[in-house]
Amino acid sequence: MANKPRVKLPKSAKAGEIVQIKTLASHDMETGNRKDKKGNKIPRLILNKFSCSFKGEELFGATMHPSVSANPYIAFSITAKESGTYDFTWTDDNGEVTKVSQDMSVS
Amino acid sequence: MSNTNSQLVRMDRRTALKAAGAGFVALGFASTAHASPEAAAEALAKLSGGAAAATSDKITISLPEIAENGATVPVGITVDSPMTAASYVKQIHVFAEGNPSPETITFNLTPTGTADVNTRIRLSKTQNVLVAAVMNDGSVLTNKKEVKVTIGGCGG
Amino acid sequence: MNFKTIITTIAVLGTGITLAACQMDAYQAPNPNGSELWSGYKTATAETRAMQDDDFANPGMPMVDSAAALYNKKDGEANMSCADCHGAVDDPKGGSKGLPMKGVSARYPVYDADTKKPINVELRINKCRTKYQKAKEYKYESDAMLGMTGLIALQSRGIPMMSTADNPSDELNAAWKAGEAFYYERRGQLNMSCKHCHEDHQGELIRAEVLSQGQSNGFPTYRLKWSKLGSLHRRFRGCNGNIRAEPYGYGSDEYLNLETYLAWRGRGLPMEGPSVRK
Repeated sequence: MANKPRVKLPKSAKAGEIVQIKTLASHDMETGNRKDKKGNKIPRLILNKFSCSFKGEELFGATMHPSVSANPYIAFSITAKESGTYDFTWTDDNGEVTKVSQDMSVS
Repeated sequence: MSNTNSQLVRMDRRTALKAAGAGFVALGFASTAHASPEAAAEALAKLSGGAAAATSDKITISLPEIAENGATVPVGITVDSPMTAASYVKQIHVFAEGNPSPETITFNLTPTGTADVNTRIRLSKTQNVLVAAVMNDGSVLTNKKEVKVTIGGCGG
Repeated sequence: MNFKTIITTIAVLGTGITLAACQMDAYQAPNPNGSELWSGYKTATAETRAMQDDDFANPGMPMVDSAAALYNKKDGEANMSCADCHGAVDDPKGGSKGLPMKGVSARYPVYDADTKKPINVELRINKCRTKYQKAKEYKYESDAMLGMTGLIALQSRGIPMMSTADNPSDELNAAWKAGEAFYYERRGQLNMSCKHCHEDHQGELIRAEVLSQGQSNGFPTYRLKWSKLGSLHRRFRGCNGNIRAEPYGYGSDEYLNLETYLAWRGRGLPMEGPSVRK
């Protein structure tokens, strides 16, 4: 991805607290249905998978299709349990993975 | 799209399906699905094993009545459900019945947080957005909302 | 009011008003905007406003993030970064040289003594790149340029546009006059000028779209239609295309003059860039 995705995760939370997480990736989400000026089909290239995981375990994920808007925005929530690093990954049709990791301390 | 790519995509779908549990594997999001209310309804029916899924007001869909531009339509979905290991929402499927292909996005949830998600989708024309929530016991709830997509004089 | 009615109305009223407007003494020109100064934010839906209000969720921002990294990166044969001259992008003092980014977008375009023409933020960035950094110019509508103008616009959020180009003693006055003439000049197969939509019928519907006042304070803007940040000149080109006129080039004299004139029409409007529009 040309531009780094944005992830909004609080730096700290109380145990048991519901934490809102927002993510914003930067991607054209080319549907494969469009044609260029010469009339040739522009091949599909989208981010097809999003995942938020903690210590290797997926807490939340999404499978995306071409009907997701350009620059995919996904917001969800988790329950704060443990301090540590939360990993966010986006995978495109070529298998290229973009990863952003952020720490949250839980008290 | 190369073969590798399409395989990758199918793999993802399959993985997602497996995660949804037995019976659900038959879902078959055919990549050749035609855009129509029927195709979307069919996909929905398959989620609940052929039975008509119950329309439920436990699913709240927040969508603009009139989208300013179909390229980016914010959608919020809340399912009124506990999110505990014993009872939780496992998947939330979003279908756009008038798009070239009805599948839009599927959220995979675990017993954490609340069943409240937000994203932005493309809608090719005025149509119904269908949402199906698959619970951990395999039951399926659905709801839908119509969105009018306007063509502007100069924003179009 | 539908499109046909607008055209008819324009045909009846247009010529007289155009002539009258062009003959007005510039320095005493009354506010041409009508009783209220407003941007497209006013007529945007709640959903679109929400996207602009939350900077985190503004889909144009990842590009701005990338530009923030470029701003601090040494570049060109001179091995200089923007920060070397201007300090941190949000430093109100503008580093040791006292060249802050705050307020720049609200003040631009300014007069460029070298070319004796208006220079906008895009061309100013490229002037810095070639003159000081000894680096290659950014392409006008490139991601780097859009991100950088977005980053700079962000430093002027809430600051009112402050053009005084209508003053005959202002160095930009000639460009302002040329821009005004462009604004009121009919063009294209539809034979329309800027004023027909944005002055006479602002706030009215053209099919399902509300005609804006044609203000420039939100640029670069993330248009949902573009699904990307875009420059003011891209919007000009779109408008010209819509009235079936040949668009001018990015950074062309015609558009620089129009940008100069619009900055004056918008004086007093707080800066919103990077904004979100339909």
